[in-house]
Amino acid sequence: MMTTETLASSAVTGSRIEAGPRGAKPKTLTIARVGVYVFLILAALFFLMPLWVMVVTSLKAMPEIQLRNIFQWPQQITFEPWLKAWDTACTGRDCNGLKPGFLNSVKITVVGTAISIVIAALNGYALSFWKYKGANVLFGLLVFGAFVPYQVVIYPLIIGMREIGLFGTFPGIIIIHTIFGMPILTLLFRNFFAALPPELFKAARVDGAGFWQIFFQIMVPMAVPITIVAVILQVTGIWNDFLFGTVFAGRENMPMTVQLNNIVNTTTGVREYNVHMAATILTAAVPLAVYFISGKWFVRGIAAGAVKG
Amino acid sequence: MAQLATAKEGGAVIKAASSSGRKPFRLSTLMSIVGTTPMIATAVGVFVICIIYSFVLSFTNSRIFPAFAAENFVGTDQYARLWSTGRWLISVNNIWFFGLLSIVANMTAGYLLAVFMDQRIKAEDWFRSIFLYPFAMSLVITGLVWRWILDPNYGIQATVRGWGFTEFAFAPLVNSSTAIYGLVVAGIWNGVGVTMAIMLAGLRGVDSEIWKAAKIDGIPAWRTYLFIVLPMMRGAILTAFILQCVGVVRVYDLIVAMTQGGPGISTQMPAVFVIQHITDRSNVGLGMAAATMMLLPVIVLLGVQAFAQWRANQVKEKA
Amino acid sequence: MTQHSVSIRDLSLNFGNVKVLEHLDLDIAQGEFIVLLGPSGCGKSTLLNCIAGLLDVSDGQIFIGGKNVTWEEPKDRGIGMVFQSYALYPQMTVERNLSFGLRVAGMKKDEIERRVSRAAEILQIQPLLQRKPVELSGGQRQRVAIGRALVRDVDVFLFDEPLSNLDAKLRSDLRVEIKRLHQRLKNTMIYVTHDQIEALTLADRIAVMKNGVIQQLSDPHTIYNKPVNLYVAGFIGSPQMNMLHGTLNGDTFTAEDGTVIPVGTYEFTTPAAAGTKAVLGVRPEHIVLGDDVKRMPFTQEIEIEIVEPMGSDTLAWTKIAGKAVTFRVDSDVHLAVGQKLVVGFDPARGSIFNSETTNRL
Repeated sequence: MMTTETLASSAVTGSRIEAGPRGAKPKTLTIARVGVYVFLILAALFFLMPLWVMVVTSLKAMPEIQLRNIFQWPQQITFEPWLKAWDTACTGRDCNGLKPGFLNSVKITVVGTAISIVIAALNGYALSFWKYKGANVLFGLLVFGAFVPYQVVIYPLIIGMREIGLFGTFPGIIIIHTIFGMPILTLLFRNFFAALPPELFKAARVDGAGFWQIFFQIMVPMAVPITIVAVILQVTGIWNDFLFGTVFAGRENMPMTVQLNNIVNTTTGVREYNVHMAATILTAAVPLAVYFISGKWFVRGIAAGAVKG
Repeated sequence: MAQLATAKEGGAVIKAASSSGRKPFRLSTLMSIVGTTPMIATAVGVFVICIIYSFVLSFTNSRIFPAFAAENFVGTDQYARLWSTGRWLISVNNIWFFGLLSIVANMTAGYLLAVFMDQRIKAEDWFRSIFLYPFAMSLVITGLVWRWILDPNYGIQATVRGWGFTEFAFAPLVNSSTAIYGLVVAGIWNGVGVTMAIMLAGLRGVDSEIWKAAKIDGIPAWRTYLFIVLPMMRGAILTAFILQCVGVVRVYDLIVAMTQGGPGISTQMPAVFVIQHITDRSNVGLGMAAATMMLLPVIVLLGVQAFAQWRANQVKEKA
Repeated sequence: MTQHSVSIRDLSLNFGNVKVLEHLDLDIAQGEFIVLLGPSGCGKSTLLNCIAGLLDVSDGQIFIGGKNVTWEEPKDRGIGMVFQSYALYPQMTVERNLSFGLRVAGMKKDEIERRVSRAAEILQIQPLLQRKPVELSGGQRQRVAIGRALVRDVDVFLFDEPLSNLDAKLRSDLRVEIKRLHQRLKNTMIYVTHDQIEALTLADRIAVMKNGVIQQLSDPHTIYNKPVNLYVAGFIGSPQMNMLHGTLNGDTFTAEDGTVIPVGTYEFTTPAAAGTKAVLGVRPEHIVLGDDVKRMPFTQEIEIEIVEPMGSDTLAWTKIAGKAVTFRVDSDVHLAVGQKLVVGFDPARGSIFNSETTNRL
């Protein structure tokens, strides 16, 4: 028996369609598919749990925390811990909260990022196009530096900084961040410039442009994407730094991470866990904002930063 | 034909050799050197001189300040002392244990997550963001949060007990034999997203025709992932591995924030050991001996890498 | 020396122990179109980069317009250069791309404008001046790249495989345009390519290069018909020249399978002793069939093995003197596989090379 439909189609195609499977294969939700989602959702819950705990703890008053249920949403939301963390939490005798640390971190991050990126871009450019004798050796040393444990060079740097009077000063911590950001950022820029068609550089030389002209007029405008990656890398890197801040920044320039750690570890008085968690969120806010705003760029930055070997 | 080259006044050629074959020194070369002065200073000043300085100090009995007088040189005494210091021996044990455990766990979990992410799932971007966001936060924050979560009196343990499971025990940080597992959990939470991202990029980079071929050959997906695709991702795996290694050797913030080396000295690590000895414990000589020991595995690893590369080049040249 | 537009004297270039160019001499006349031809890695682009001043030479001298420019910066050599990847500055408009070099040199605005508009007019890119390179097609980009050389108002143009990134159709269009440009400007042009069609169609003289050494420097006709050695013979021509190996004995060439080919009509450049091992090369189009065979000093009955219709003509594969050989016939001639027929050729139109030295005899 033939329906009119098959008649029509057979008239066009000249072939008969037989019984059995035809057209798109029906989609079924297999157990494997469900398993994939169950696994991923469980994993996601594990990753989100600390953030949830941080937020709910920071919104609870101390008595509620003592009810011992860290996952529970606060019965009564209070922003008191946030205000305290920002404004009046104590580290030893100072009770100014995280505020000064925040400002210090902003200053260090902005200046440190700017300087280290300018230097790294110049390095990458010179290493790609203007190799002088020994440039490769220097680059090798720099790459080696990316792997050196900080502890190996930290003491000589303390001595050196002290000698030139920059230990515990703002310029001092900037120099330190520039030094330790240099290997990875230089690598980033070098790889970017080395991947450009070399003919672009040759064309600019035939056009008579020199070292600085090619850098500023040809290379810098082209390096915007890689600069964004470098900024993300360096902003999160400097903001999240703890070791250099502890050692080199000095009391006046103490960054937020160091201050946070001091607040949490202050042993005097009652431990105010809600204030601690509020302070933690406040300190994490900037890199988290960078992360969520930059999205895919952040992933690119990690991938780029990861290609070390 | 002996043409005398004329050095252009104020022009490009600064120093002109008299024979036509020698390469002239160009202004741009000078500019290149000037432009990279910070790099030269860093590469030589920090990554050569500072390391040598540390190395030399490790043969002295310097306390707070460097002491280079002849009587300060004590040979390898500091090393002998280092390897008989319990705190250091524990540090070394810990770094191996912590390193091995967290790298294996991190890589396994990272690859697993990447494989699951690779199943053409919905909301991939959401999952990716969730797995990766901890990496944006510093290890200090990671440490503080997990310390709170693992708090014996208010954390998970107390919460679950509050639900009625009164025997439930999960507070690794208070016990010196389990504290290091707490560190591993926190470290994985922070870093596994990165491994996942790198592995996922590696997976996506595998030639799609490999998949087609495996499908036609009727090889089940899990076998393809394990025996065909995984070996093809050497680059991604190596990248993730090196990243992990560097992170492990440098681990400092996490410990300071989470355990401060305790309970007792059960979670001491070399990085903490060095900092303690150049600050509070003011024993720079010993600290520098420890720092030199930290550099050793890095140099060995880089040496192996360089050798492997050299071998690869040799093979290539022969081909 | 001054009558030459570009002179290269005893030029050598080493990268470490690797010799890229060796004792190279080349004189290029004013207004001449020279093509440097060779496979990748033969040093042709390297030579061009040396002339441009983008690579420092290890030894030797370069003169442009009679001036020793061996140590000069590229901009001071009086050259313009066009690259394979166009090398346009992506962030600049076409106009700014064209004028960049002039602005760097600090030229007056109205002069820059005059030169840019002249170049734009010659290349017919006036409507594109305000666009960015990404908004241009490949052909348009290459025009702009040529324009960048044009505005420099120089005597010598250097082209580094300028058409290799274009598709076949555009390539032949732009080839004609470059030829037209040369006829209009009468500049010296040095053109690097691995494409023999480009070389044969454009060049006044072709320099065939191999391993950093110029093998033959001649006009296209000589290069094609009288290659100086086996390498040039094999490199030029598609399909390749047929090569028969054998022995020379006076006026006869005895192939390896014993076939005797009379070579009395061949003009030897150097006399060959009896018994010299030699290679006889015959181009596919020089093997004839039908009535023409009667006039040929050498004929043989062959069997067709493969037929490849190419549209304009047809290639046939067979064996002559025991060797696989191709020959080209008009596409109207119908050949069938297995068909037997008599073909022949005149060794005078072929080439004979010494097997040992590989040089032309």
